[in-house]
Amino acid sequence: MDSRLFKEVAYKSLDEFVYGHAKKPVHLKNGMVIGGGTLYPELNFTLPPMLISESTMPNVITQYEEIIHGACSKALELNVPGMLVEIELLPPCTFNPQWGIEIAKVAKNIMADYEAKHGLKSALRLTPVDIREGKNLKHMYRGEQWDNLMATCKGAAEVGADFLAVESVGGKNLHDEAIMNCDLPKALFSLGVVACHDMTILWDNIVKIAQENNSLPSGDTACGLANTSMVLANKNFIPKVFAAVDRVMCAVRTLVAVERGAVGPDKDCGYEGVYIKAISGTPISMEGKSSACAHSSTVGNIAACLADCWSNESIENIRLLGGMAPTVSLENLIYDCRLMNVATSKGKALEMRDMLAESDRRYDPQAYVLDPAVVLKLSEQIVKGATHLERTKIAAAATITELREAHKAGALDLPAKEVRYLDILEQQLNSIPADQEEFAHMVMKQTTPDKFDPAKYDLTAK
Amino acid sequence: MSHFENLSEAVIAGNEQKVVELTGLALNDGVAPLSIINDGLIAGMNVVGKRFKEGDMFVPEVLMSARAMGAGVELIKPHLLDGEVPNKGTIVIGTVKGDLHDIGKNLVSMMLESSGYKVIDMGVDTAPEEFVAAAKEHNAQVVGLSALLTTTMLSMKETIEAFKSAGIRDNVKIIVGGAPISQSFCDEIGADGYSTDAAAATELVGKLLNQ
Repeated sequence: MDSRLFKEVAYKSLDEFVYGHAKKPVHLKNGMVIGGGTLYPELNFTLPPMLISESTMPNVITQYEEIIHGACSKALELNVPGMLVEIELLPPCTFNPQWGIEIAKVAKNIMADYEAKHGLKSALRLTPVDIREGKNLKHMYRGEQWDNLMATCKGAAEVGADFLAVESVGGKNLHDEAIMNCDLPKALFSLGVVACHDMTILWDNIVKIAQENNSLPSGDTACGLANTSMVLANKNFIPKVFAAVDRVMCAVRTLVAVERGAVGPDKDCGYEGVYIKAISGTPISMEGKSSACAHSSTVGNIAACLADCWSNESIENIRLLGGMAPTVSLENLIYDCRLMNVATSKGKALEMRDMLAESDRRYDPQAYVLDPAVVLKLSEQIVKGATHLERTKIAAAATITELREAHKAGALDLPAKEVRYLDILEQQLNSIPADQEEFAHMVMKQTTPDKFDPAKYDLTAK
Repeated sequence: MSHFENLSEAVIAGNEQKVVELTGLALNDGVAPLSIINDGLIAGMNVVGKRFKEGDMFVPEVLMSARAMGAGVELIKPHLLDGEVPNKGTIVIGTVKGDLHDIGKNLVSMMLESSGYKVIDMGVDTAPEEFVAAAKEHNAQVVGLSALLTTTMLSMKETIEAFKSAGIRDNVKIIVGGAPISQSFCDEIGADGYSTDAAAATELVGKLLNQ
């Protein structure tokens, strides 16, 4: 077994598994402690419709300045104990690292200014786009895309980004194919083999950059993977049970970031973060009803049960009646956090957690697998696997069993067409050869190089 | 049940083996090849499209049905005269310049192919001139533009302008889609149609081509 694999879960009791508290809190220089007992808001946003080019960059920078000023001003007004600001760069700002770095610098300077003048504690999470996609990609770890991705991480850390994160896309094309065909073996291979391999190389490099530049490697998310399943399931395009199984499987690949040295908080849109927290003890950011401004979900409340930061995913910088949308969204986050922090201070955090869970759990399998008790139970099984592939397979099998039992016990509402897919997925899982080479051969026969080219990953085609 | 009903049922069930078997039987019995396609295979696929739109079928089931139909068509092709192979139209589709997201576009492509259209998929990050060149080369009737980002949706307008500059804007219907796109944005940039998802896109293309 790889010595970096977590061999047991971080939590022995459900009573210590709760929002705001993590076994391995992250301490910042300004005194913020993420996972140290306080739930912090984490604001994310995007630009209104506008092209990004060299000529529009001054306008782009102005947009970011206005957003950060508005957010800091609102945070100050509402007395936040601290907040995170995440900037998920748009593709041109990673293809042109100097643009992304300039945005990070401007944002960090404003935040530092508010801290110096007004005592507002904050931290900047900078997330370049994983641009290793598209027709021109020659290799995942060499060439223009890789170089620009790494240069953006390095430059952002140098200008003061407190955290580095990424929504990595290793295995994504193969996984997309798996989702659209509800092909569990292909999903398993794309996650347990390809994505985990990619995460290892990617995060070794991000961790190194962070360590050399006084930044913290925070974490990844299966945004391009399980969130794609989630969105399609919520449109009724694929079964929700597939999306739920996919979510838990994705935990293994997202955890690789922590195995390689990431310290948290894990990225907000990675709902599998609850499994990262359970297994590694690192803090996580989560999003739920607060992210309805960006996408719909069926986990609005239950997603908050174990959050250490509470995020809005993304909101466009447009004017609403109450002000600019990011500022309005931050206000909502602050009030959510206030309520939950007060519950903690009154010794009611576990009751709050359980109410959040109960309000969503039975209505959707994707919500059910975020229930803290279920998370701990499945995590205990996942860590028994000796390899990433084995762990991902265990995650799938255990989730299928859990969902079936929950449905039989009347704890989870599932229509007949969803229940039928539990059987289909189980049959698919049982068809997978135990031998990894044989399994790889089986998957390779059913895909094409435009979906997965092993050479681009320095993997051997079997 | 008749050949056609059996074939339709097999297509709806996504049973490729059964479709091949029944298509062979129908050919042996002297049923007109084009009728096998239109009254058996496509009739079944029409039911699939309706059920999908109504939420009674998932995408993977639609794709299984499409593959089953495709297997039947392949068997029939040698029995058809040139030009008899049904093609409801040619569509060039892609994600616009600067945008790397493609799952929505891929779904639309699959649904269109499943419905009998020929789809030329340009992939992601497609420049306006690439769309124009592909539309010319393949004599496309429809061009589909996809974008997920607020900072790339304006590339749709640039692409439409490129079709105007190339003098072929009136030769094609241009449809748009993606999370930040709306009907008003579609109207504003002069596109011909907007759809909210893959099921609606197939219906939209059908309407535009029948105008």
